[in-house]
Amino acid sequence: MNKLAGKAPTSDVALEDIEIELFVRALKLRHGYDFTQYAPASLKRRVLQLAHAQQADTVSALTTRVLHDAEFLPVVLEGLSVPVSEMFRDPDVFRALREQVFPVLASYPQINIWQAGCAHGQEVYSLAILLEEAGLYERTQIYATDFNEAALRHAQEGIYPAREAQLWSRNYLAAGGSHTLADYYSARYELIKLDQRLRRNVTFANHNLVTDEVFCEAHLVLCRNVLIYFSDPLQDRTLALFRDSLVRGGFLCLGTRESLDFAASAGDFMPVDAARRIYRLGPRSAGMD
Amino acid sequence: MASPQAIVIGCSAGGLTALELLFAGLDAALPLPVAVCCHTGASTVDLMCELLAHHATLPVEEARERSPLRGGVIYIAPSGYHLLVENNRRFSLSVDGRVSFARPSIDVLFDSAAEAYRDTLIGVVLTGANSDGAAGLARIREYGGMAVVQDPDDAEVPTMPAAAIARAGADHCLPLADIAPLLNRLCLP
Repeated sequence: MNKLAGKAPTSDVALEDIEIELFVRALKLRHGYDFTQYAPASLKRRVLQLAHAQQADTVSALTTRVLHDAEFLPVVLEGLSVPVSEMFRDPDVFRALREQVFPVLASYPQINIWQAGCAHGQEVYSLAILLEEAGLYERTQIYATDFNEAALRHAQEGIYPAREAQLWSRNYLAAGGSHTLADYYSARYELIKLDQRLRRNVTFANHNLVTDEVFCEAHLVLCRNVLIYFSDPLQDRTLALFRDSLVRGGFLCLGTRESLDFAASAGDFMPVDAARRIYRLGPRSAGMD
Repeated sequence: MASPQAIVIGCSAGGLTALELLFAGLDAALPLPVAVCCHTGASTVDLMCELLAHHATLPVEEARERSPLRGGVIYIAPSGYHLLVENNRRFSLSVDGRVSFARPSIDVLFDSAAEAYRDTLIGVVLTGANSDGAAGLARIREYGGMAVVQDPDDAEVPTMPAAAIARAGADHCLPLADIAPLLNRLCLP
């Protein structure tokens, strides 16, 4: 039955873990970026990928550069945040926002939306388009935040590979868009650039969910596929931050595979559309408004 | 290897049919968690769980982030996300870039599970049209776990099991019909 008896090479895997721990510690001590509360398995993959991309023989070689090479920090932050997204990713979520959340937002004279972890901005523009089409954008302020400066700059530019446009156009229509996505971008060579009018009410800002505090009063917080990278305590901290930022009855939208099952503050958020992970902040302790 | 504590399975083209047969053959008293990464293209994880549950002797669920892996349950990776096992033996998900053109990627599941379960993990590679899973299976063996590969001659699409054997070797290489009986033998007390 043992058709092949393969070899079982040995390697000092424990050493790799030690190196990663030291790398993360160096990043925190030297630059104040704290990844110690990230879910370890994905973080490890990212660090190893970064080492591979930098042609570093060991993770320790990265650590040396973290300590001594100031220009290396942005490279590390970009490598550890790996922001992958699409416009109108999970179109039914955007449809649900339009149909279930916007009618409530419409009752406010001024609407504040916090997009936490906006990465390269695909969702910011998606949201702006939806609000525009719903006639709400003029009185909306979107705060789009991320800890990665390079990602924020990219988000501001709104330039993406043209090969994405086809999928994004399909997503847009599935989300219930009432025009065509092409109305919102111009294409040149292999790139598309989103209409910069779409960001007239967007403030891009550096904010780190790990270390920074409440900075606005929001009617809707969008934070999709960010908490999946956080350990339980950091997830709890972040949800508390969202709770403290939201107005009473404000909305929270998470990624469709994210779960509040293990969150201490799960009881604060009432599901509005459980499948699409849209929640509403419940009544707070008595006497508060 | 030490007494097995978890099974991870990877497959792509032809995988759904193979999983149906495999799950039908697993003993209902199997005390280990079984985590599965199957590239399915369009079908949603809900639909996949439902289809597989018709044939399975064990409950079939979507793998949810932060959930502990429980014995006697088959977990399916949701489409569009990498599925990982943390060292505390709970699932996590990621939307990092595709690995071997795939998300979920078998390598990602296998690598992380290998770390969490070390020499108590069994990795299984079935039919498929690419080489995802080969590196992960090598990782499992590196940690002292066991590699089980469907005989490429028996597979609907031989590429994936052939790539796994070429890269990682195998402790057992056998036809699909013999894999469930092997797992039962290895894992039942």
